[in-house]
Amino acid sequence: MRMRHLAATVGVAALALTAVACGKEEPAAGGGGGSTASDSCGDLHKFTTAADVNVAGSPTFTKAKTRGNLVVGVKADQPNLGYKDADGKRCGFDIEVARMVSAGLGLDPDKIEYKEIPSANRETAIAGGEIDYYVGTYSITDKRKALVGFAGPYFVAGQDLLVRKDDTSLDAGKEALKGKKVCSATGSTPIQRVKDEQLTEASNISEFKTYSECVSQLLDNKTDAVTTDDAILKGYAATAPDQLRVVGKPFSTEKYGIGVPLADKAIRDQVNTILEKSATDGTWKAIYDETLGKSGSPGTPPPLEKY
Amino acid sequence: MLSVLTDNWDLFRDGFWLTIRLFLVSAVLSLVLGTILGAFRVSPVPALRAVGTGYVNTLRNTPLTLVFAFLFFGAAKMQLALPSPFWTGVGALTIYTSAFVCEVVRSGINTISPGQSEAARAVGMTFIQVLTLIVLPQAFRAIVPPLSSVFIALLKNTTIAAGFSLAEAGAIPAAMSERGENQLITLVWITIGFLILIVPLIFLQRWAERRTAVA
Repeated sequence: MRMRHLAATVGVAALALTAVACGKEEPAAGGGGGSTASDSCGDLHKFTTAADVNVAGSPTFTKAKTRGNLVVGVKADQPNLGYKDADGKRCGFDIEVARMVSAGLGLDPDKIEYKEIPSANRETAIAGGEIDYYVGTYSITDKRKALVGFAGPYFVAGQDLLVRKDDTSLDAGKEALKGKKVCSATGSTPIQRVKDEQLTEASNISEFKTYSECVSQLLDNKTDAVTTDDAILKGYAATAPDQLRVVGKPFSTEKYGIGVPLADKAIRDQVNTILEKSATDGTWKAIYDETLGKSGSPGTPPPLEKY
Repeated sequence: MLSVLTDNWDLFRDGFWLTIRLFLVSAVLSLVLGTILGAFRVSPVPALRAVGTGYVNTLRNTPLTLVFAFLFFGAAKMQLALPSPFWTGVGALTIYTSAFVCEVVRSGINTISPGQSEAARAVGMTFIQVLTLIVLPQAFRAIVPPLSSVFIALLKNTTIAAGFSLAEAGAIPAAMSERGENQLITLVWITIGFLILIVPLIFLQRWAERRTAVA
């Protein structure tokens, strides 16, 4: 009798537990991040493929020429930068730069084979020949220059904050972060800066694999700000302008370069020539205005750093 | 190769320390929860058996990443308040691993001949007494090797937490990439780190096997 009593009590408790568990699980089917990325890609820029291009002494170019197309490493979860929509179409500023370089190398940009390479694997993918070059918010640093070659920069960004539209408490920029929750990609330079400069308490920092997951946390009030380069943040703000906005007080300089194999100086020089030409003939301006420019802030091509 | 480790010692130290904490806390909690669930599955009450079976079949067939995503994003979408990322991560690892512990415990219980519990029942013991005094002590002897495998799997599963705001050993490559360090050597060091962590588990298993061995 006593045992039955106990068993019944435990049983009721267990049922209550499972009921809670079920309640938690249901909505998650649609969750898991990326809820803001519902926009689909529009038309891409039209490039004229250069004829009779030869990059002497470049193994990367020779390989691509024989293959008939380029293999380019990109990102797929950054709206208006490097993005893949639900139909598998790609668009954004980085995609246009990748296509522009392909056209400049005399290879049809529509034939590019895109590979999504996670940030942590970029050097390995370039060094291992998995991709010909990488265009995806890839900051030029001295440490990285020891592992890969960089053409560019083709864009200069700065670390900024993305907040909920009605939240004005962070308008002062990074100085206002103390006591606020902030989210960024795991191990990324922006979150490292927040830690190093102790802009907020360690317990207020959350790190997820992608920025989309951080934006999801921001919209669900689990964090107060998402921090990374303003280019990326503006892309997100543009997808939900009535819910999100960028503070607009950048506190760093990130130079985006095109990552090419370390030893292949010939292809690096050739890509620099293509970038140089795009800055003077207005192509850079045109693709910027069609992508990131939609956020309302103007952009100009940065000076190249050849080496 | 050594400089990759020594130059970034802070990353490796903090990463593996979090891995160890996640592992130890989840291991203890999932052993407790798993044993309780195992008891559910052999209990005389049909409702408890159904709860145990449902739990095991649901959690064992759900990828761990999804369990994490449910807790970190699904719960957030429901505006449910959750504890710190550490305890949410421990929760995800525990509810996942306990399903496996449950099955191991149940298989151990099934190695004990039914005559033992019938005899215990005959001298007037309750179900709880039969389980805790007669069956489980003998069952644990049989389950030491499979239980060790479950815990070694748990240790490696902690790396899933890297994607969910827990900068443990699995998150080291991302930070190392930002620092521009060699990825391959980083991965070699992480592998060595995990091997070092698994060695004590193997010795613990040997010790437990000898300790519980029938003379």
